[in-house]
Amino acid sequence: MSKHIKVALIGNPNTGKTSVFNQLTGLKQKVGNYPGITVEKKMGICKLSRGVKAHILDLPGTYSLNTTSLDESVVVELLLNRKAPDFPDVAVVVSDVENLKRNLLLFTQIKDLRIPAILVINMADRMDRKGISLDIPKMESLLNTRIALVSTRKNTGIEELKQLIEKYREVPCGPTLDVCKIDPEYFGQLKNTFPEEDPYKLWVVITQDVNFTLLEKNDLLRDRSFQTKSKTDLKKLQHRETILRYKHINDILKETYKVDREAAKGFRASLDKILTHKVFGYLIFFVILLTIFQAIYDWSSVPMDFIDAQFAAASEWIKETLPPGVFTNLIAEGIIAGIGGIVIFIPQIAFLFFFIALLEESGYMSRVVFLMDRLMRPFGLSGKSVVPLISGTACAIPAVMATRNIENWKERLITILVTPFTTCSARLPVYLIIIALVIPDGRLLGLSYQALTLMMLYLLGFAMAILAATVLNKILKIRTRTFFVVEMPNYKWPLWKNVFYTVVEKTKSFVYGAGKIILAISIVLWFLGSNGYTDQFKNAEQIVSERVAREGLSPNSQAFITNKLREYRTSIPIGVTPSENRIPVVALQDSLERLQADLRTRVINMEIASYRLEHSLIGQMGKSFEPLVRPLGYDWKIGIAVLTSFAAREVFVGTLATIYSVGNDEEETIKNRMAAEVRPDGKPLFNLASGVSLLLFYAFAMQCMSTLAIVKRETNSWKWPLLQLGFMTVIAYITALAAYQILS
Amino acid sequence: MSFTIAHLKRGDKAIIREFPIDTLPIKLLELGCLPGNEVELVQIAPLKDPIYINVNGSHIAIRRAVAMQIEVEPIAAHE
Repeated sequence: MSKHIKVALIGNPNTGKTSVFNQLTGLKQKVGNYPGITVEKKMGICKLSRGVKAHILDLPGTYSLNTTSLDESVVVELLLNRKAPDFPDVAVVVSDVENLKRNLLLFTQIKDLRIPAILVINMADRMDRKGISLDIPKMESLLNTRIALVSTRKNTGIEELKQLIEKYREVPCGPTLDVCKIDPEYFGQLKNTFPEEDPYKLWVVITQDVNFTLLEKNDLLRDRSFQTKSKTDLKKLQHRETILRYKHINDILKETYKVDREAAKGFRASLDKILTHKVFGYLIFFVILLTIFQAIYDWSSVPMDFIDAQFAAASEWIKETLPPGVFTNLIAEGIIAGIGGIVIFIPQIAFLFFFIALLEESGYMSRVVFLMDRLMRPFGLSGKSVVPLISGTACAIPAVMATRNIENWKERLITILVTPFTTCSARLPVYLIIIALVIPDGRLLGLSYQALTLMMLYLLGFAMAILAATVLNKILKIRTRTFFVVEMPNYKWPLWKNVFYTVVEKTKSFVYGAGKIILAISIVLWFLGSNGYTDQFKNAEQIVSERVAREGLSPNSQAFITNKLREYRTSIPIGVTPSENRIPVVALQDSLERLQADLRTRVINMEIASYRLEHSLIGQMGKSFEPLVRPLGYDWKIGIAVLTSFAAREVFVGTLATIYSVGNDEEETIKNRMAAEVRPDGKPLFNLASGVSLLLFYAFAMQCMSTLAIVKRETNSWKWPLLQLGFMTVIAYITALAAYQILS
Repeated sequence: MSFTIAHLKRGDKAIIREFPIDTLPIKLLELGCLPGNEVELVQIAPLKDPIYINVNGSHIAIRRAVAMQIEVEPIAAHE
């Protein structure tokens, strides 16, 4: 027998169960999934005295053992299966002192399963304000249990709870009431047929439609002599059971629970009046959304630029320090760039979950659901889908992670599947450069065509998300049993500790869950881009040098050098004004020559890189890809850029810069170079038709491996991300094709 | 037609009378929505759906379709 005490933490939602878990375990937590399903499994370790440890399992919040969702089924399945490895030695049932009556319903059910249960009465700090007084010893004897009066906010009672857990063998495990009373005849029959089993346990097995893996329902009910009842009759009995329990609880509370109504203050009512108001409610929500949006879009750009610079520097440092070779390249360009591509998302994820934790903790999120439910319902979305959809405008990755708050699996899945349609910030560089190229200057009602196009693209993203949700809602056949009953919890100041743990947990879950996939794909893309089997690829350096010697630099490179030299000349004051900055003409000539030589080496290197990319594996793929993208108005160069930008959309611009062998850092140069690109027939490659086609392609295509990775993580299967990749690419291809064919 | 929660106005209080247990989720009962209990209508969302009620100390939001099935007996409007 192990020395660890196995504890299951159970409770209604909004009782501060997570706070109790955090207080008991600190950062010693592990989050995983229950096998095969998407329900989160949270485990933690709590140190008790004398080296004894408790393994705490934080079960999903539930109102009773009558399950209506997958989350709740997990609880029932575990509590019914004494052979399960996680089956608790003791259950800790967390309740909220203000809603004790309702919380005790679940407690009495767990007691009746004859599982030793400790009752935690949380939020004890609110008792004075609400005028509540309790008779704990009497309550303990009436409920046949041990009670810990806890305040996670004031950090009191936790030590007492730990002591109770340690002495779990002393916790009584008898039932609280005789459930057979609801239908003596039926339960008598149950007892006769299965004398070995506890009648209440049998009752739960019969009424609950849960997936028993170890405890086979059929096995248990294999005895044909037992006549069960119709569904309606069973439901009537469940109804009677609930009423019986409430009667029992009311009797107990009458003797042990006193509320002085005079002392209670109506803070909640006045806040609800404003926050769920028909006009102000929406205004306030809109302002909160804008703040969140601003934070992930704007505030996180500072740490993101910093991370970007650090990883670029690390990559450079590796290249300079290690001997050149394949291995060094793998580290510098494959692995470090790949890890950088994961770390770069951390600021956005942290900011979004900071705000979401605040909204959840304070009780505001339920008000959002109340306000938005009716508006989102026709599209198969939940009131809670609004936050992911809007924050998707910054980045789809934290947005997809934010769907965890949606309890209904179908609504959550649809939200996950359509969120990547919203215009994320990675699309912006692509949009800006193409809009500048193909959308003419000019104004409509004082707004420039270019700005209008950008706005249209944002609207188009939302429209497509809503449209796709409507269609998916019709197609997806997922049985959901969740009824819409949302508890509106009391407003509370958020506990900073809980907010902090949420942020840490979400970040960890992204880095370890999705990070592996992102790293793997970036290494594959790096490999494809830096390897080739043709002679052209292997001898790129020689071929390009010879070509330069024979034909001189490409017109593009020459223009680049001329430009740089002109910039340099105008930046230096030559002999015009007598000043200390005056540079002797000879020295200037000297430095000009040096600069010219430097620039020449640089452009030759750029031309080599371009040539290598063209003949690398990915370049060849892009070329063989051309027949597929030609109907959209693209050539093989754009084809390669589309392929490489599967890593992330903004890579499109960088890849084009490499192919056209222009400096990566100058957007204006890339734009000019793109404008000069012509088709074999001499017409410009980027015109209105091909430009709009590209814009639409990037608006709808799932060009982001990180999103794919996080969808895999969140849905716990490859089925959904692949489906998503499929339908998004098809929509993107068809709209781009239609746009090009119509416009050209 | 019978008088239900959906017929209440903001701030109105009533006592729950009938409750069709075949069509309504048990979750409602468990949240304290039992016959004989007092219910107060706290807020109605735009388009009259969902409806935010306080039953016996439980603050919950339910959809209009559900509210229309819960018969109530109004008590004198709030003071």
